[in-house]
Amino acid sequence: MPVRIWRTPLNIEKAKLPKAEIHIIKNQCKGCGFCIQFCPKDVLEESEEINERGVHPPKVVDESKCVLCSFCTSICPDFAIFVVEKLCEEEC
Amino acid sequence: MTNLQEFERHPLANYLRVERFPHIWCEGCGNGIILHCFVKALDELGANMDKLVVVSGIGCMGRVAGYIQCDSFHTTHGRPIALATGIKLANPQLTVAVISGDGDLFAIGGNHFIHAARRNVDMTVICSNNFNYGMTGGQCGPTTPLLSYTTTTPYGNIEHPFNLVHLAAASGAVHVARWTVLHVKRLTESIKKALQKRGFKFIEVVSPCPEIYGRRNKFGKAIDTMKRYREIAEIRHGYAPSKAEITSEKIVVGEFIDIEKPTYGELLQGQFMRFNKG
Ligand SMILES: Cc1ncc(C[n+]2csc(CCOP(=O)(O)OP(=O)(O)O)c2C)c(N)n1
Ligand code: SF4
Ligand code: SF4
Ligand code: SF4
Ligand SMILES: [Mg+2]
Repeated sequence: MPVRIWRTPLNIEKAKLPKAEIHIIKNQCKGCGFCIQFCPKDVLEESEEINERGVHPPKVVDESKCVLCSFCTSICPDFAIFVVEKLCEEEC
Repeated sequence: MTNLQEFERHPLANYLRVERFPHIWCEGCGNGIILHCFVKALDELGANMDKLVVVSGIGCMGRVAGYIQCDSFHTTHGRPIALATGIKLANPQLTVAVISGDGDLFAIGGNHFIHAARRNVDMTVICSNNFNYGMTGGQCGPTTPLLSYTTTTPYGNIEHPFNLVHLAAASGAVHVARWTVLHVKRLTESIKKALQKRGFKFIEVVSPCPEIYGRRNKFGKAIDTMKRYREIAEIRHGYAPSKAEITSEKIVVGEFIDIEKPTYGELLQGQFMRFNKG
């Protein structure tokens, strides 16, 4: 059996987890709730707001918990939510 | 920002006719997810949209042809495979995909399906199986499960349904898979694989029709049907399609068949070359 050697990665200080930027096209949402239900990190919840279609679109509870899996993007039947990696400078 | 401006920033917007959205499908209808997985597969493959043709028939799923940014045909009811056969034979350079409903492909279009599969015509057929004719108000069709309720079976359906993956495999399809719309990643992978393979490929996608079929059968909201898929779907690659009947207790999903054989187009080309030597 190979022995696993744990070492501290050299760039641990500099390495940053990618941050998510979640876009919700509110008026395109039909309110099925799939994105909210199936997000593995409970990033989304139903908002109070009523959109042009008369339903409650999702809202972001905590963007920092998002792991960019894009499951919400894929499961949305209405192309109303998508997640991209945040483009940012040094500190963000 | 307007809806359209926001939508244009969607990573898959280039593959869609964004000006035609929001699409016509009801809240929680699985058709939108099938469309998403299809264009996602195109994106991941870096597909040449000038060499792709999408053909659909009539029905809710049939509307898909109007939403994809490529040459597409929304043809007559039951005939997308016949049209796709003509397109592929006339211009073998094209990648041809048929995306349509269970009624369109297996009721009125059933003969086209079995014979295109038998001939191994090079195309990818994706079927949204929602177990009824959604568009026309929810009639019973060849996929409607025994005893379930539709507008034309108010006392429960007494016809045995087709097991589509078995039908496809027995007819000669070289690639046969089934997923539900909950399996977005795996469905996307299956579509990628099918689009890259030669011959007649078939993917069945079990999809909720919450507004019509779901309502009559008291399935609750679309999200309840999705949760049900999560409970009862069982992934079994290489499983015998003949045993993969869909029941209310179990939906076997996976890639069932992956074989090679010459396509109709290749055999036609070979014969043409043989007889046109002089
Ligand atoms: C020749 C012909 N016969 C009947 C119809 C009526 N018709 C329209 S769509 C449809 C069935 C659609 O069912 P399916 O293919 O399962 O699509 P869904 O709406 O469920 O996605 C029927 C019978 C028609 N348009 N043309
Ligand atoms: S990308 Fe994944 S983790 Fe982030 S909101 Fe969407 S489903 Fe949740
Ligand atoms: S999955 Fe899409 S349509 Fe459904 S609630 Fe989320 S954003 Fe709205
Ligand atoms: S009737 Fe059914 S299949 Fe048609 S759009 Fe509505 S939910 Fe989807
Ligand atoms: Mg149908």
